[in-house]
Amino acid sequence: MTTALKPKHQRLVLVVLALVVLIGAALLAIWGLRGQASYFYVPSDLVASPPETGKAVRLGGMVQEGSIKTLPDGVTVTFDVGDGKVTVPVRYTGITPDLFVEGSGVVADGRLAADGVFVADTLLAKHDENYMPRELQDMTDAQAKAVVAETE
Amino acid sequence: MIAEAGLALLWFAAALAVLQLFTSLMTLRGGDGSGEMGGIVRPAAIMQGPLVALSFAMLMWLFIRTDLSVLLVAANSHSAKPFIFKVAGTWGNHEGSMLLWVTVMALSGSFLALVERRLPERTMIATLAAQAFVSLGFYAFLLFSSNPFERLLTPVAEGNGLNPLLQDIGLAFHPPTLYVGYVGLSVAFSFAVGALITREVGPAFARAMRPWVLGSWIFLTIGITAGSYWAYYELGWGGWWFWDPVENASLMPWLAATALLHSASVLASRDALRTWTIMLGVVAFSMSMVGTFLVRSGILTSVHAFAVDPERGTFILALLTIYIGGALALFGARASTVSEGKRFSIVSREAGLVVNNVALTAILGIVLLGTLYPLLTEAFDTKVSVGPPYFNPVGAIFAFPMFVALAIGPLLRWRSDRFGRIGKRLILPAVVTVIVLGGALMFAPDIHILPLLGLGMAIGLGIASLVPLFGRNLLRTPLPTYGMVLGHFGLAVALFGMASESAFSTEKLVAANVGDRVDVGPWSIELTSMEPVAGPNWTALEATMTARYEDGSPVMLHPQSRTFTQPQQTTSESALSTRWNGQLYAVVGEEGADGRWQLRLWWKPFVPLVWLGGLLIALGGVLALIGRVAGDVRRGLQRRRIAMRRESKPLAAATTGPAE
Amino acid sequence: MTAPDAPKGKRWAIWLPLVLFGAFFALVMNGLIRPADREIESAMVGKPLPVFDLAPGSPDRPGLATDAFRQGRPRLLNIFASWCVPCAAEAPQLDAIAKSGVPIDGVAIRDREEDLARFLARHGNPFASIGKDDISEVQLGLGSSGVPETFVIDGSGTIRYQHIGPIMDRDVAKILAEVERAEKPL
Repeated sequence: MTTALKPKHQRLVLVVLALVVLIGAALLAIWGLRGQASYFYVPSDLVASPPETGKAVRLGGMVQEGSIKTLPDGVTVTFDVGDGKVTVPVRYTGITPDLFVEGSGVVADGRLAADGVFVADTLLAKHDENYMPRELQDMTDAQAKAVVAETE
Repeated sequence: MIAEAGLALLWFAAALAVLQLFTSLMTLRGGDGSGEMGGIVRPAAIMQGPLVALSFAMLMWLFIRTDLSVLLVAANSHSAKPFIFKVAGTWGNHEGSMLLWVTVMALSGSFLALVERRLPERTMIATLAAQAFVSLGFYAFLLFSSNPFERLLTPVAEGNGLNPLLQDIGLAFHPPTLYVGYVGLSVAFSFAVGALITREVGPAFARAMRPWVLGSWIFLTIGITAGSYWAYYELGWGGWWFWDPVENASLMPWLAATALLHSASVLASRDALRTWTIMLGVVAFSMSMVGTFLVRSGILTSVHAFAVDPERGTFILALLTIYIGGALALFGARASTVSEGKRFSIVSREAGLVVNNVALTAILGIVLLGTLYPLLTEAFDTKVSVGPPYFNPVGAIFAFPMFVALAIGPLLRWRSDRFGRIGKRLILPAVVTVIVLGGALMFAPDIHILPLLGLGMAIGLGIASLVPLFGRNLLRTPLPTYGMVLGHFGLAVALFGMASESAFSTEKLVAANVGDRVDVGPWSIELTSMEPVAGPNWTALEATMTARYEDGSPVMLHPQSRTFTQPQQTTSESALSTRWNGQLYAVVGEEGADGRWQLRLWWKPFVPLVWLGGLLIALGGVLALIGRVAGDVRRGLQRRRIAMRRESKPLAAATTGPAE
Repeated sequence: MTAPDAPKGKRWAIWLPLVLFGAFFALVMNGLIRPADREIESAMVGKPLPVFDLAPGSPDRPGLATDAFRQGRPRLLNIFASWCVPCAAEAPQLDAIAKSGVPIDGVAIRDREEDLARFLARHGNPFASIGKDDISEVQLGLGSSGVPETFVIDGSGTIRYQHIGPIMDRDVAKILAEVERAEKPL
């Protein structure tokens, strides 16, 4: 025996230690979540009550038709994200995601800059495979033939 | 008629599951498990496997023939799709993947009923009852809410294709791997419930459950590793883990299964941690259900495109509540009547494994809370997302102490030990860790704390994980020990890859003309040309890049911006060049109005070790599994031989019998 | 041995997992019951229809304007297109709904008259009127982001329910229930 504790007490110590660690984990998690979670905004919220400049937040909405523009450096795009009421200008440096097109939904991770532009670090294009996204509308001909042509 | 036959087979299998549940419950009420009813339980379980497998084969056949009168095929397949993706399309959708789940589950049930003879028959009947109960829920889910064989009233002329993002060989085999893992945990769950019902929680239960946990853990490990690699090269963001809900959904069962694996080994060898192991058995399966629920219900937003459906989410939630709520209530009622296991000292291998379990559980809790937190705040009308700034540091607080325990634990003896005895063997890893920490600080002073600790720990751990083999006769070391050493070593390798990637990666994002040269890290890359290329169902613009590492010979890279035709969608295919010391990662984006091309380039030192480590961990699991199963088979044969000898020499048996 | 020597503290700890699971259940139920909060495109539920006036998309059906939805009876507004495969898949269900007496108006997105005529001939025409929306204005105004989608509009022109994706057999009952709910004003 290396310690003076009786086995029964040792067991209790282990149980208590385990509980303490797990409760500590829960508290730590709650503390971390309060500090590190980034809040989700739609454009109306962002305009109505803007977050602190530089705080990490998420912006979700629709990419407005005709708003995507590429800056002279070739890798920075600007576009407007709207929710039907207001629009917010967004700047993003990087390769846009595959499903990112005008008129589609987008979620941007980033922060509001001092000039009122939302600077995005990452863009997520939202897409549901279960039904026809609007991207497909331009291929009317081929698909219309495939679907409606009288095959028999 | 194929679709109808498939559906009929499913109904038949479901009826057998009802029979299995009914007869096993009757037997349990009746007493000893040897009644007439008891004789039906195993055959009913064994029959289900082939039936459901046949039903799955029917669905696959429909997909291969592209039978467009079946809704699922019309919605997810296309006659022009490459053959392999027609096959993979079978489970590349909600209904098909649920059928696959049920198929694996039924086959496991068959196998379980066929081979498992070590447990007391009554416990086995209780286990099969739990197994039938779980399967029934999934049969109901398939038949009432996700019928894969639903017909269209008017067949369509052409199918709707498969999401091109999902037309990827890695992804085709990724979900099934995870499913096998999840289903394995459901068997562990059945064992836990069976043991609780009959209060037979002991080493025999742990030994019977362990191969299932080990097997499912291997599949989960491979699945997560493959999923991470898929996200790495397919999403084109250069990252290998995003703490996305879908990723967390696969990580949480893995964490629980890892804990279960370790506590089951304590129970099997030392008959301690009884209630805790049962608890983990329930938790591990809950985590796979919670994961499936989170992914399928779409209750959390994810970057991974999934067809989501709140109604089906509700169904899974109902199943989850019945299984887990029921099991936990049973646990509450029964756990205090499970007799206490053997005791152990605070310095012992058991205690080391307890540290491992507590840390894994803490990390599991942290991941679960972080994943659910957006849901919690949404209840108060605030939307948030939780990402790496939370998960990385908070998880690391528990991961690093666990790594220390991992270095020490395997050297300790069971029951009781002294640190003094093993101190010498830990000097080497400890010294190396300190040297690496110092060296890293000297050469890269602005390195962040987590990558720094990761680098030091990884190397120390790599050595420490091999220490249990020092001074042993390597030929006589049992296979499971090799499995453990390899698994721990794999973890160290993966940790090194992760730390190195986050500490030393360099990135370049430019718009370049053909002929331009870009430097990233030690590489110099020239954009040589952009050419159109075509595949079976896509066209692409392919960049040719000539990359040189320092002044070495040129390597050609061909990243693509690919456009699929059915449905029309663009994806970027990254190009990788792997060296022993890292990976060059290239993505090509769109062409700007001025004719320049967007290029994104990364040099990521030692990043392949992340996945190599994952594979080593899985391989360790495989070794342990082979060792355990071989041991079980050998013992089984021995028992049978002894029994046979007794039969042939009844006199000898009579004389040796009482002496045992 | 039935563990009389188990520490007292352990007794309640054994129920802790069930309690935690209960909390999890409450949380996700809350999330499931209020799914509308998650979808940007469902923001229109409870709002009036945007004002529009579309030309007829088919020679034998009138065009479609907002006023058609303010006549005191709930109607369905179906966004579809001849080029859309899931729209063909939902046609039998739409037919069934129309036969049960619920008027359905269609908005054909970026379609051509001859394609549309062929589509309607092949898959049936359950629509009371068909408006043609060549620039997706109604679709955008409704916050819809794909085809097909179906909206339940009550008698005062307020959007009451949005169904995303094709209406399958299993969805029909839900749609009819929503129509019935829309009989009563908000």
